[in-house]
Amino acid sequence: MKEKGWKECLWGGLIVDAGNSVLYKTGDWRSQKPIRDEKKCTDCLQCWIMCPDAAIKVKDGKVVGIDYDYCKGCGICSKVCPFDAIEMKEEGEQ
Amino acid sequence: MSKSEKKMMRATIPEEEYMFPGTVDCQGCGAAYAMRLALKALGPQTMVVIPACCWSIIAGPFPTSALKMPIYHTAFETAAAVASGLKAGLNIRERDATVLAWAGDGGTFDIGVQALSAAAERDEDIIYVCYDNEAYMNTGIQRSSATPWGAWTTTTPRKHPKDRPKKNMMEIMAAHKIPYVASATVGHPEDFVRKLKKAKEIRGTRFFHVLATCPTGWRSPPELMLELPRLAVETRVFPLYEIENGVYSINRKPKQNIPVAEYLKVQGRFRHLTDQQIQYIQDHVDETWELLLKKEKLGRLF
Repeated sequence: MKEKGWKECLWGGLIVDAGNSVLYKTGDWRSQKPIRDEKKCTDCLQCWIMCPDAAIKVKDGKVVGIDYDYCKGCGICSKVCPFDAIEMKEEGEQ
Repeated sequence: MSKSEKKMMRATIPEEEYMFPGTVDCQGCGAAYAMRLALKALGPQTMVVIPACCWSIIAGPFPTSALKMPIYHTAFETAAAVASGLKAGLNIRERDATVLAWAGDGGTFDIGVQALSAAAERDEDIIYVCYDNEAYMNTGIQRSSATPWGAWTTTTPRKHPKDRPKKNMMEIMAAHKIPYVASATVGHPEDFVRKLKKAKEIRGTRFFHVLATCPTGWRSPPELMLELPRLAVETRVFPLYEIENGVYSINRKPKQNIPVAEYLKVQGRFRHLTDQQIQYIQDHVDETWELLLKKEKLGRLF
């Protein structure tokens, strides 16, 4: 992410683009990586409800994947999954 | 949890996302999760006031912002005062929006209590949410008046743990006779969302005390972010209740008597406690619970 110089900043430190935090990829903080098993997944969306980073991608009420750009690897999705469809693996293992 | 319960839960959590990823909270942060739920419950017509707390940085280091709604970052002690001003401004412009003041326990229990008390006394039309992670986590885990008895922090080291009980903010706020005071945790998302939706329809000052796990400061594994507040409720350390116009109602009465040791032993900040000290905490918790049960029985208290 390119940082702005002081001349480009707005008065009062205003930020006018809501949600531009997506430019900051927090995924590289991760040491444990969640791997989702599509066969076991029943789309109960427990992981989506409980994810503190909104990193579970959902489309039309179905889980379509995990956003590894932002997942910090806290392991909550793996913990709450009632069907053990998400497994935590050491980053770089696979 | 049964299958039907799960379906219900899915239905009660709104789908629209108002918090973007890329927030710079720690792994398994309860505060970030609480905000995600709160915004889902309150909807797009919301303005957020954030004093100095973890959320000052979680919302994004300059020039980034993680929320879809307007955020007003302000000084530590002024969350409630700024929120009152914003609401007054919105009223003059005849705009209908919910003003949400979002402060940590330091900004509510210690530093912000004056402004909050004043706003509650004027019965300003704001929702004030205190996400309580039981110490000044953002600056390096210093003791606050929300830190429980016996807990380790960097300013109350293991040899001299905190020797005063946690301040009862719920009672302090209820004493202002405001229309709605509720406690919630991040471990009970559907309960939290339900209470916020209810509060949105009420006029006047509405106060929320939300227990938000802090894996960094509590020295607990991040994946237990949801389990720990649930344990706190089950062991009665943190009762889930609401006070609506002076009427107490307890939302969850645990059927089993789970000892507090179950909750304490998972967290590194309580590791040094002796059996005697744990018993002291147990006695205190039982006493507070009994008192709460009595208050519920009394009916309308103000």
